[in-house]
This record gives sequence, C-alpha cells and structure tokens, in this order.
Amino acid sequence: MSAEPTAQPLAEPTAGSAAGTFSPDPAAAPFRAQVLAQASMEARLLLRNGEQLLIALVIPVVVLVGGVLGAERVGLTFSAPVADVLTPGVLALAVMSTSFTSLAIATGFERRYGVIKWLGASPLPRSGLLGGKVLALLAVEVLQVVVVSAVGLALGWHPTPGALGLVGALLAAVLGTSAFASLALAMAGSLRAEATLAGANLVYLLLMAGGAVVLPADAYGSAGGWVTWLPSGALGESLRAGLLHGTVDPVGLAVLAVWTLAGALLTARTFTWE
Amino acid sequence: MTYGATRAVDGLSLDVARGSITAVLGPNGAGKTTTLETCEGYRRPQSGTVRVLGLDPVADRRELLPRIGVMLQGGGAWSGVRAEEMLRHVAKLHARPLDHDLLVERLGLAECGRTPYRRLSGGQKQRLALAMAVVGRPELVFVDEPTAGMDPQARRATWELLEELRRDGVTVVLTTHYMDEAERLADVVHIIDHGRLVATGSPSELTRGGRVSTLRVVLERPVPEGAPQALAEELGASLQVLDATSLVLSGPADATTLGRVARWCEQHDVVPVQLSLGTRSLEDAFLELTGRESLDAAAGEIGSSLDGAAR
Repeated sequence: MSAEPTAQPLAEPTAGSAAGTFSPDPAAAPFRAQVLAQASMEARLLLRNGEQLLIALVIPVVVLVGGVLGAERVGLTFSAPVADVLTPGVLALAVMSTSFTSLAIATGFERRYGVIKWLGASPLPRSGLLGGKVLALLAVEVLQVVVVSAVGLALGWHPTPGALGLVGALLAAVLGTSAFASLALAMAGSLRAEATLAGANLVYLLLMAGGAVVLPADAYGSAGGWVTWLPSGALGESLRAGLLHGTVDPVGLAVLAVWTLAGALLTARTFTWE
Repeated sequence: MTYGATRAVDGLSLDVARGSITAVLGPNGAGKTTTLETCEGYRRPQSGTVRVLGLDPVADRRELLPRIGVMLQGGGAWSGVRAEEMLRHVAKLHARPLDHDLLVERLGLAECGRTPYRRLSGGQKQRLALAMAVVGRPELVFVDEPTAGMDPQARRATWELLEELRRDGVTVVLTTHYMDEAERLADVVHIIDHGRLVATGSPSELTRGGRVSTLRVVLERPVPEGAPQALAEELGASLQVLDATSLVLSGPADATTLGRVARWCEQHDVVPVQLSLGTRSLEDAFLELTGRESLDAAAGEIGSSLDGAAR
C-alpha cells in the first residue's frame, strides 16, 4: 500500500456530511437494478460451471442426437417421426436440468459458502434473490431452447404447434420451471451441499430414464399411467401436447401447478440460510 | 452520541458511539459472532432489545440493511466468482457505491482481481469480504475477525482502512481475539467471555494507562527457599515463581522497588542476569478479568469443544 490515494470526489456527498473518501452515503439500488444484477451474475455463474454446462446442454444434445439416430437402428417406432417426438421431450429434459438440477446444486453450495447468508445482510431482499434466480433460469433456458431446437431441426424436426400449441408449450415450460425450481429449493434449503449434489443428479438421471421426460408416457407400457403424475412426466407430456399435437394439456399443467405449490410450501417451511 | 443499545447473548449490554471503532474482544466461543449476528438481524434475541441506528434489526430489516455493511467470518462469495466481479456485483446492489478501482487498490485486490474466489488465499478472501462490506458507503460496518489469517502487510492495510473509515465518519464495530488489534484500533473495547460483558473501557483505561507494573527477575543461581516470598511481601507485590531462578513480580514498579530488589540481591549475594520491566497489556487485563490461564489455551479449549458439539 505505498501509493496513498488522495480523497477523490466520488459522489455527491449528502448535506451535512464531511466529504471524505468513505463518507457515509448509503442507499439501496432500485429493486429492478438489483434483480437484474443478481440474475446476470447467477446466469454467468451457471454457464461458467463445466458440470452445469454438461447437464444443461451436452447431455440433452447427446440424448437428442443419439435418440433420433439410434431409434431407427433398434427399430423403435412412434406414432410420429422420431425427431418430432423426441425434440419436445429433450426440451423438457433441458428445462428440468436447469430448473431442478442446476438450481439445486448452485443453491446448495450458495448455502455452504455463506453466499445466501451474506446476501441476507445486503440490500437485496429475499424476493429480489428469488426473482434473480428465476430470471437467470429463464435466460439459460432460452439458450437451451435455441440450441436444442437447432439440433432438432437439423435432425428433421418439423414442429407444427399452431398458436394454441405454442401457448400450451410456453405454459408447460413456465409451470415446469416453477415446479422443478420450487422442488430444487426445497432440497437445497434443507440438505447439506454434498447431499444435494448427489441427490439432484440422481433424481435427474432417474427421471430422465423413467420419468416420461424424453420418451412419451405410452412408451412405458402399463406404468405410463402414473408417470404422468410426476413433474417430469407432466412437463414432457404437456410439451409434447403443445409442440407435437398442437393442443393444451390441462391435466399436465394442473399437475405441474400442484407440484409448484407443494415445493413452495416445503421450501417456505424448511429453507434455512446456512 | 449514542445511537443504539444492545442486550444480547447473556445479559450483555453495550452502546456504540457514532464515528468510533468499537472492538468486541474475547476468545473463540465467547459470543462475539452471536452478538454481531444479533445486530445484523440474523438472530432474533430471545429477550432484551437491540436497536441499530435506532432500528430493530429484525422488524426494520429492509430499512436498516442498506445502511450497514457486513463482513462475515469467512465465505459470502460464490466459489467460481472472480474477486473483482464479486465486488462489482455488490456495488450494483447499492445506489451510490464507492469507486471500484480505489477500493481494489486500497485493499491490494488488483493482483487477484481475475482469480476465482476458491483460489484466493485466506487473507485475500478477508480483504474482499471487507471491500464487500464497505463498498455501499455504509454508516456502520460490522466486521467479524477482520484480520484473521492475514499476513502482517495485509493486516496493516486493513487497519489503515478501518482507521480511515472512522476518520470519514463511519462507525466500525469489530470482533477480534487479537489484543494488539484492539489496542491499536479501538476507541472502546468490550471484553466478553461466556457471553457476558466482563469489562468496558478505552484500551488505556483497561491497561491502567500503560504504567509499568510487572518486574521480571532472572537470577544467576537459586536463592534460599522463602526469599522471593519475603521480597514480594516487602514490595507489596504479587509473586509468580517461574522456576528456581526466575520470578515475576506484579505491582507498582518504580525506583524504590528497583532499589529494594537490588538490596535483596545484595543480601543473598546473587547477581540478577536479567531484569525487565513490563507494562500491563490488554492481554494481561483480559487474563486477569476472565481468570483464564492463557488466551490461546482458552480459545483452543472452547474451539475444540464447539467442534465436538457440531459433529
């Protein structure tokens, strides 16, 4: 610290305060600016993390490419062209990966490293923290949708949702995000960071394989009935309803809303800051 | 001017004057962090009242938080965030933050600005945490163990910054278990132990104005048994026999005392190979007040029992 900087005028000092470098002049930034700052920070951190990127982009793309190319090889047939069936499913997988697995892991470690605790003493209110997280999730999801859709189109996907189907798909994505995000926060807010890391990955793998995300529920035979009650099945089915059949799946959307409510209540009751 | 009164932990009551540095001193587990966290609104006191800047830290959280800066003990940043990025982010949460480059330079964070948080040294993490606490131009900052794990140079830079904050009218409340830190920085020191306030005063009040009060004598050979006790009695001092040839006398030490010690040596025909005078340090005051044998031992003992309980 050899260079001793002289006091510089940094901001208009408030009336009556001495004009020193550190003279108090506290005020919170406008709420909107705080939320945007938090969202951009969280989105950057999500995209910078290699493991998160693997789960957010690499796995969905691999599943889509492998599924479309492999289905023909193993003779798996659907009622529609395979790319048309699998692309909405992989979009559902992408939403699940970000809003559940990435969010749970990131939040778990935020608790571990005292980030949430520190933010709790910052001007950012809890609603701002939550808002920032939601915006960050949506930003990452938009990126995922662009990448997965581009890969799907290259593999022969012909989406014909129509206006109604598009609305249905958007509602499904939003409600799916809120359902998985509230469950992720419930998990991350009560378990230790390592347990959250393991649990969130395990749940992701189990739902990817058996949760009617990528594959339609009717591909599961007799079990197909109850998997649609899982948030993964409800999200996958309602996205397929919108993008494949051009309809709205009211049951799937209702199931997602119920999971959102359950996760939010659980989070409110169990979340601790550290 | 008094702006707040705190009653926390266990019948702890303390006031902090605006524009001063207050040190809360005590061994690990004494209740320092709990006291701070109660002021920061993390904990709701089971009884008693806390007012910070005239506000209730829990009920008036939204009004209070923008006006205070908080430095937590360790952590507070994402592991993958770069040091400068974190500081810029925190600045964006405030309306009129301090100049980024100035703060980075003052705290020596320039060399690690691009480094992810997890790869920062302990001292760098501490400095970043301090920067995060002050970047919003707060009226009051709470800093928990600001220089723990810092090298001497970083420590000095941190002290200078805290002194400058005071000069510019910022109120600083810090916890520490370093006596020299409290002695150098604080206008008022609160010594707490087992969650209770054991003493309050300026460093010079607590060390009785820094008067010479201990006399350490090392002799060339042992003296007859009982001789040191006789000397202590003659001087009206308390005696600590360290071994057969060295003793420490505590009490008023002046020219008369020295003369008597010299005569006592003559009587026993023994030469003092070392004679040293010491002032009562804050550590002496602390040990006397808490009755602990040594601060480090006390800290270690409490620390390990807490670790055990947490497991």
